[in-house]
Amino acid sequence: MMSPNARIPRRWTNLDAGQAALPLPSALVSVWSPINHFLEWFGDLGLFAWEVARSAVRRPFEGRELIRQLDEIGSRSFPLVALAGAAIGAVLSLESRYSLVRFGAKSMLPAALVYSIIRETGPIVTGLVVSGRVGAGIGAELGSMKVTEQIDAIEASGVNPFKFLAFTRIVACILMLPLLTLVADFCGVLFGWIAETLVEPVSFLSFLNKGFVGANFSDLLAPTFRTAVFGLIIGMIGCFQGMRAKGGTAGVGFSATSSVVLSSLFVILADVILVKFILVFFP
Amino acid sequence: MRHPEQETLLAVEESAATTAIASSGGKSDGPAVVLRGLHKSFGNQIVLDGIDLTVEDGETLAVLGRSGTGKSVLLKLIIGLQKPDSGSIGIHGQEITLLHLDALNAIRKKMGFLFQQAALYDSLTVEQNVAFPLKRHTKMTESEQGDRVKELLASVGMEGDLKKMPSDLSGGMQKRVGLARALALDPGILLLDEPTAGLDPITSGEIDELILKLQAEHHMASIVVTHDLHSAKTIADRLALLHEGKVQIEGSFKELEESDNAFVEEFLKRDS
Repeated sequence: MMSPNARIPRRWTNLDAGQAALPLPSALVSVWSPINHFLEWFGDLGLFAWEVARSAVRRPFEGRELIRQLDEIGSRSFPLVALAGAAIGAVLSLESRYSLVRFGAKSMLPAALVYSIIRETGPIVTGLVVSGRVGAGIGAELGSMKVTEQIDAIEASGVNPFKFLAFTRIVACILMLPLLTLVADFCGVLFGWIAETLVEPVSFLSFLNKGFVGANFSDLLAPTFRTAVFGLIIGMIGCFQGMRAKGGTAGVGFSATSSVVLSSLFVILADVILVKFILVFFP
Repeated sequence: MRHPEQETLLAVEESAATTAIASSGGKSDGPAVVLRGLHKSFGNQIVLDGIDLTVEDGETLAVLGRSGTGKSVLLKLIIGLQKPDSGSIGIHGQEITLLHLDALNAIRKKMGFLFQQAALYDSLTVEQNVAFPLKRHTKMTESEQGDRVKELLASVGMEGDLKKMPSDLSGGMQKRVGLARALALDPGILLLDEPTAGLDPITSGEIDELILKLQAEHHMASIVVTHDLHSAKTIADRLALLHEGKVQIEGSFKELEESDNAFVEEFLKRDS
């Protein structure tokens, strides 16, 4: 007579049942661990934001350092943002022209270009370019200061590092992003016109008149000011990742890289949410 | 969560602390530093396991011990960069472990800290590094700040390097500038974390002499964390040897030498 276990595949014997149960906790751990890290990271970010907000209402107000950061973050990002805006404007103009000619809507080119630049392309390109340049810069600078005990030295001298280092950088990012977006918008439209006028000469004034036909103030204002939120994200994540850096040069590298990756990711997510938000409130 | 009465008492205590310390030039009643039952752990690792130490005004205490025994942690607890798990830290009679940030900062201004790697701000020049606490905490004019910076740098023998960046300085020079910065606000207490670590014997000797000279000039209470027994012997009035989170022995160098504690004997033998 055949044993009851004989028809059961080897891996399902009673003997193995107990062993098969063993990897389950480790499987759970492997799923839970990244979630746990993510929740921990968010919790720490929340505490960090709270500390920065609390420090903001305390004297002194760090005006000098804020001006230095406005220069560092704003003026020094200007060439890169202008170049990115110009390139996007020229490429959009060339690509759109080809498509619009096919559909017999060539006359729509200035409006299509201006709308796409001021409503979406200008803000998101500025957000991503600044998150690359400034996010990495803040993450690396503060990370380096953290691992060489410079942040401890600031704190030991009775200065609040959350205000002196983080608050000033975050406010500078919030203030400069909309201005840099205007730069990207202007360069985009200008180089879009240059690309167009090389193919079919048209005056800049005429190009602008056609481009802004039917546009109202909220078409420019709401998308431009949403980049202030991008600034908040870039500044906050850069400072947070920098000020929690650990270890030596590897820790600095990690804080710089993670600042760029996370701030770019959150800028894109915020863009999606804010576009919907703007469409609801500024249809 | 604190009881409302506790909050009120703490607020009164903080306010009194800030006023008292501000009006007394960093010195008030009681010893400069009093540590009682100080415990600190990182995860499962117990670093400090009930430390009791007292440092009087004008006295220099050297804290010795093997690497990883929590000597640097002890200094960071005293200046409030880390919080103890339990125990008390008194600075000139003022308990600091429960203070809010503003009151703690008022006390920190009266302490100078020399970090192990000097921790100079690498984006600032030597002059700007030393001027940093003056700009933040005094109402000195630019020219008064400039004069004070020159005076401080002259006292550490660095008056010719005002415009240099920290990366252009040797380890010993960075320590000197770090010392000048620590002394900028004329502190009542000086905390030195491995002042001679990584320096050659001649430069170490120069730093020791400089510390002795500055102590004589400023009459501060100092706590020096070091591995360097020779340096400790030169600059300290008293020594405390840390082992396994506790103070194994505390006293003059002669008392340490006469001790029959096996660890103390081993430590002194190794270092000699």
